[in-house]
Amino acid sequence: MRFDLKIMASWIKPGSTVLGLGCGEGDLLYYLKQEKNVKETGIEIKEKKVALCIEKGLSVLQGDINKEILDYSDKSFDYCILSQTLQQAYDPEGLIKEILRVGKKAIVSFPNFGHIKIRLQLLGGGKAPVSRELPYQWYDSPNIRVLTLEDFKIFANKIGFNIHKKAAIKPGEKSHEGKIVNFLPNLFATYGIYEIGK
Amino acid sequence: MNNNTAHNIDKSPYKIVKKQFFLISENDFILQTGERLEDITIAYETFGTLNAKKNNAILILHALTGDSHAAGVYDKKDEKPGWWDIMIGPGKAIDTDIYFVICSNILGGCMGSTGPSSIIPGEKNSYNMNFPMVTIPDMVRVQKRLIDHLKIKKLLAVTGGSLGGMQALEWSVRYPDMVEAAIPIATTMKHSALSIAFNEVARQAITSDPNWNNGNYSKEKKPDIGLSVARMIGHITYLSDKSMRMKFGRKLQDKNDLPFTFDTKFQVESYLKYQGEKFVTRFDANSFLYITKAADYFDLEEQHGKGSPVDAFLNAKARFLVISYTSDWLYPTHESKAIVKALKKNRLDVSFCEIKSEWGHDAFLLPDKRLNKMIKGFLASVYEKIQGATNNEI
Repeated sequence: MRFDLKIMASWIKPGSTVLGLGCGEGDLLYYLKQEKNVKETGIEIKEKKVALCIEKGLSVLQGDINKEILDYSDKSFDYCILSQTLQQAYDPEGLIKEILRVGKKAIVSFPNFGHIKIRLQLLGGGKAPVSRELPYQWYDSPNIRVLTLEDFKIFANKIGFNIHKKAAIKPGEKSHEGKIVNFLPNLFATYGIYEIGK
Repeated sequence: MNNNTAHNIDKSPYKIVKKQFFLISENDFILQTGERLEDITIAYETFGTLNAKKNNAILILHALTGDSHAAGVYDKKDEKPGWWDIMIGPGKAIDTDIYFVICSNILGGCMGSTGPSSIIPGEKNSYNMNFPMVTIPDMVRVQKRLIDHLKIKKLLAVTGGSLGGMQALEWSVRYPDMVEAAIPIATTMKHSALSIAFNEVARQAITSDPNWNNGNYSKEKKPDIGLSVARMIGHITYLSDKSMRMKFGRKLQDKNDLPFTFDTKFQVESYLKYQGEKFVTRFDANSFLYITKAADYFDLEEQHGKGSPVDAFLNAKARFLVISYTSDWLYPTHESKAIVKALKKNRLDVSFCEIKSEWGHDAFLLPDKRLNKMIKGFLASVYEKIQGATNNEI
């Protein structure tokens, strides 16, 4: 399993109820179900990925996370997981508020646009940055929100949610490896992972 | 011994199955309308073996014109297997090496179960239009008697498409303790105005055929024209604009240019005519009237939720897998999504996938790896869970 997913999984208490928003092919949910006896629900928009999840025996719904989440009542889940999706959200503020309504806690991760390589590309090359974590050109990128670890901290203050835990990480050569970045994380980490709550 | 038997069954890729009959003879069966129906016979077939714990049974629910013959063949010479053989069989998605599969002909049908063409007990004539109105809940209540008769306390799954999906939904709310999982496919909680409209036109085609004679027709003089037109209408609703364009376009049958005469046929016309003519050899016109009416009256929200789709599923306990198709205009995706929404609001365990297909409502009966894999994985997960639960009890 990918390094960032491993960290998220380590934060989740066994036997919890989890809502995975934009759960993709369900790698994290499958791991949580098998290893942590989690009761999983996933929402994913792409039919092919939904089908792969259902094949694995996961409970996953095809749909738009922004709409599907509205059907759940307050505190329906122990955790809501928003993995690598915040930077693609049309309304990040509304979405964060929703996940903190239906989930007692939420785990959010996103690529850090403040990473040194990205800063240098913009500064030195004068071009929109393209990296391993952000492999898209400006015109085909699904990442419509450009945020850094620092921005998320400011966002938390503005919206009024608490950051319980955080991990700034840099995956290694192989996707399942990686390290925690403690020194100047906003400059040297490629991803941020946060556990947040009201 | 089993090996020998298997060996003797020729090289036919299909399993031999036998139609069986179950009689509800207590004469205490009161229909939803309050009418009593005596001596109900239910035709059914089974595939695979019921295990010792009797927890591997899957009930297949057929659509409007289906029957109990869901898979396999009656005779090794049969060329065509049952209607869902692509799904049910050894090693298939609904794996008969693992599961015990049951399929019965619906009440009101004409393939062995009691319906309008059955002889009235103690009389010489068939019911015809004196057959009482039967509903989807009635069909399900009869199936429940069959499941009781087979001494199965809880079904691993109920599944079916279209009218079969309606029955699956009805099962999940009427007998919540008897259903571990439900897979409603290309179906709806209530018949829409569009679906009712098509059904009514189809019924009108039958009842305006002079041979129909208020339902009292003889074997020699059946309302074949009416029934065949009804089937043609049905087939249009099972296809889609795109599938018709891909399949037929404006191609002519046996001709290349348009002579502008009435006897020239577009391929789509020939196709519909052929489907209509084929249908009258196997289906009873009065059964068609009764079953389409049962579909039109189906309204799970009204009956179980007093108009609220969420309340309709208040007592449901099953795990659900809901499937719809992008080009199905008879039971479009928004109707499946309404089911999903109601299930979610009840915090029931539900999976949902809208499969991209150009083949309209018919898609659920066509070979589709994606559907097969989903059903296989879903069933495996449901079965694994209950086996884990029973093992823990020991």
